[in-house]
Amino acid sequence: MIFGLSRQERRRLRVGLFFALPWIIGFLSLTVYPVIASFYYSLNVYTTFGQPMQWVGFANYIELGKDDLFWQSLYNTAYMVVLGVSFHIIIAIVLALLLNQNLRGVSIYRTIYYLPTIVPVVATSVLWMWVFNPEFGLINSALSLLGMRGPGWLTDPALSKPSLIMMGVWTIGGTLIIFLAGLQDIPQHLYDAAMIDGAGTLHQVRHVTLPMLSPVIFFNVIMGVIRGFQIFAEAFIMTQGGPLDTTLFYALYLYRNAFEYFKMPYASAMAWILFLVVMATTLVIFRSSARFVYYEGEER
Amino acid sequence: MTKSMERTTPFHAQGLQRIPWSQRQALGRAASHVALSMAGLLFFLPFFWLISTSLKELDQIFTLPPIWIPDPLRWQNYPQALGYFPFLLQLRNTLVIAVSAVMLTLISSALVAYSFSRLRWHGRDILFFAMLSTMMLPYQVTMVPLFIIFRTVGWVNTLLPLIVPHAFGVPFFIFLLRQFFLSLPRELDDAAIIDGCSELGVLWRIILPLSKPALATVALFQFLGSWNDFLGPLIYLNDPSKYTLSLGIQVFVSTVGVQWGWMMAVTTVLTVPVVVLFFFTQRTFIQGIALTGIKG
Repeated sequence: MIFGLSRQERRRLRVGLFFALPWIIGFLSLTVYPVIASFYYSLNVYTTFGQPMQWVGFANYIELGKDDLFWQSLYNTAYMVVLGVSFHIIIAIVLALLLNQNLRGVSIYRTIYYLPTIVPVVATSVLWMWVFNPEFGLINSALSLLGMRGPGWLTDPALSKPSLIMMGVWTIGGTLIIFLAGLQDIPQHLYDAAMIDGAGTLHQVRHVTLPMLSPVIFFNVIMGVIRGFQIFAEAFIMTQGGPLDTTLFYALYLYRNAFEYFKMPYASAMAWILFLVVMATTLVIFRSSARFVYYEGEER
Repeated sequence: MTKSMERTTPFHAQGLQRIPWSQRQALGRAASHVALSMAGLLFFLPFFWLISTSLKELDQIFTLPPIWIPDPLRWQNYPQALGYFPFLLQLRNTLVIAVSAVMLTLISSALVAYSFSRLRWHGRDILFFAMLSTMMLPYQVTMVPLFIIFRTVGWVNTLLPLIVPHAFGVPFFIFLLRQFFLSLPRELDDAAIIDGCSELGVLWRIILPLSKPALATVALFQFLGSWNDFLGPLIYLNDPSKYTLSLGIQVFVSTVGVQWGWMMAVTTVLTVPVVVLFFFTQRTFIQGIALTGIKG
């Protein structure tokens, strides 16, 4: 390839590579190598931790297939990815639509909504353990004022995941800001035209706002899904995967295998399956997006 | 299906139609304000609950109906809780990691972003695409081999695994800086090159001075990322004197049972610095997020 280039092109290539070198080295040693090594580890087992590994072929993968906790963690994670992400996206869009009306005080609202997203995840988790406390937490205290007795949000297996989704609403500020910026990019004349055609507010949202916002929705869905697959700290700190493994998420189970049970090859097999699942999911979203996402200037 | 009907009867009820447009608009605005401030209250309440509990005595914490404003204010929760673990040492560790990571990230990401935006070379776009796809790779995929690498070089239980990787550029920040660099006029580079300036000179004398807002965003996000990181310290640090604040506080919280006053005090200590930072740099934040989101 290099031989086909002129002298000037070769110089440019050298300079370009030189500046990109930090990332190229990092890419090879901290991404490509680990992904491959991960696959290699997954085909082995430790006889004793720290000793050389022993080749077992796909035994780890077969064992995973029979591991109930693996399937449970996959289900829990899928639940959060599907329900959690859609719920958060909808709330964020609604709030962004409300904010996008040239109201007075928008910057104050924006600040309040955004603030929780910068709070360290450890702080968020500890705080919400207390908010969710069944006896004296914020929510059940408030309910008691209304004469109601609130449930054990994090201790009831049926409520643990919905509670974490509810808590996730507190940190949708980043998504919200991205939606708001997207809304502000929609040209006013489209709304004017719709209004002249007699479209009411809801119709404008349905036929102007949402199509024009679809690339931003797509971006936020992808980011949300990728984040969703990595939910870890909340479960590690707040519920330790309980009750009844209902918050044992994939990343938590993987962490435990690697660093608590010291089954690193087993964890590596999980890592590879995660790799494939995330790739497949993003691919499916990308493919299906062609039908839903509207890019301005694109032929329809 | 009922296109014509939709046109003739817009969604709002007939009764509303009779109210003049301007009044209806005012009504809508008022309704929006009510909805927004209710939501705002819900977003704000946990903060209030945090500070309030951190200043309560135990008997005011475990009581119904809840006491919103503690009386008396029990400031001792703070020194007492912080006395239980090497707080200052862990604060120092956190700052060492955060500041070094910020500097390394700025240098490395700016170099790479410059190459990916202002230089033209064969294979650039393929590599840039490869970089974008690594942004979608969950950390868990590379977590175990990375740990084994850092264990082999003897860096486990040091701060290095949390600092050194930033010397290789952070894809998200490279992307952000690239977007910003692309928005600067290219004539600047060409003129400087003709005047005999090297590429490094162009980056240093022309691009970087014009990119201060973007660099500030990167610095801010990286600082926050290091300050807030939990999984990294959890994996690599196993000695309380090496912990970061996030990890130290999580470990402390997991050992104190029902001392919610103490727990909320340390949580406040972990949160206040980033909130203060946020209030001083709000503009940078909001612009930064919008920059990465929209042009993505």
